[in-house]
Amino acid sequence: MTASSQSLNRRGLSRRQAVAALGLGSVVVTLVPLSAEATPESAKKMLGDLVKAAPKAGKVQIKTQEIAENGNTVPVTISVESPMTDKDYVKEIHVVSDKNPQPGVASFMLTPANGKAEVQFRMRMAETQNVIAVAVMSDGSAWTAAREVKVTIGGCGG
Amino acid sequence: MAADIKPRIRVPQTAKKDEIIEIKTLISHPMESGQRKDSQGKIIPRKIINKMTVAFNGKPVFEAKLEPSISANPYLSFFLKCSASGNLDFTWTDDDGSVYKATQAITVA
Repeated sequence: MTASSQSLNRRGLSRRQAVAALGLGSVVVTLVPLSAEATPESAKKMLGDLVKAAPKAGKVQIKTQEIAENGNTVPVTISVESPMTDKDYVKEIHVVSDKNPQPGVASFMLTPANGKAEVQFRMRMAETQNVIAVAVMSDGSAWTAAREVKVTIGGCGG
Repeated sequence: MAADIKPRIRVPQTAKKDEIIEIKTLISHPMESGQRKDSQGKIIPRKIINKMTVAFNGKPVFEAKLEPSISANPYLSFFLKCSASGNLDFTWTDDDGSVYKATQAITVA
C-alpha cells in the first residue's frame, strides 16, 4: 500500500488523489481481474486496417456458446456462405473481440482447396463481449457478423 | 521447454475424390499472452504460436495468424477438398522463432 502510494505520488498525484485512485482501483480490480484495453472502437479500427472494403452484414455465421462459464477456452465456429470455387471463394476471415486486452483474435487465409469456408478455434474472453468476424471474398467484397458472449469467469488473468 | 510442445493432427487417411474432409489440429503450447504476472508481480513475457500454415502437396491451402486471445493448446479445425492423393504438411511458428511440423498422407480413392 505504502509503496504504491509513493509511486503514484511520484507521478505527480496528491496524496488525496492517490488514495482516491487506489480506492477506485481496488474496486475495478475486484470487478475485472485485468484491465480490458480493447474497446468497440479499437476493434473496429483494427478491422478497418485489415479489411479495405466496407463490410456488409450477412453471409457470415458465428456459432459459439451464449454463456461461457470458463473464459479461458470458448469454442467458436465461423462459417461463411460461399461456393468455394476458383472464381468465387472466401479469401480471408478476420476475428476480433471488443473487450479483451487486445482486439485481435485470429486471421485465417483460405483457398478454393478448402471446399467449405468454416473454421473452428478456441479463444480467451476476459469478460462479456462481442465477437466480430469479417470475411473477405475473392471479388473483394466483405461481409460481417457479430455475436455477444456472456462470460461468467474471465480468462485472461493469472 | 520445446520438448513438451507437441503437435497433434487428426486427418482422415483416405477420402473419396472431391470429398470435403475436416482437418483438426491441436498443438500443446502455453500461449503465454504477455498479460499475466508472476508471483513477484513481473509481467511474464508473451510467447505464443503466432502462425499455422498448411500446404497440400507443397501448395499452401490454409493459413492462420493467431493473437494472444487464442486459448492455450491452440485447437484449429478447417476443411479440405481432396482432389488427389498427397501429403498435408502443417507448420506452426512460435514467437521465439521455433518451428514445429507435422505431416499426414491422404490417399484419394
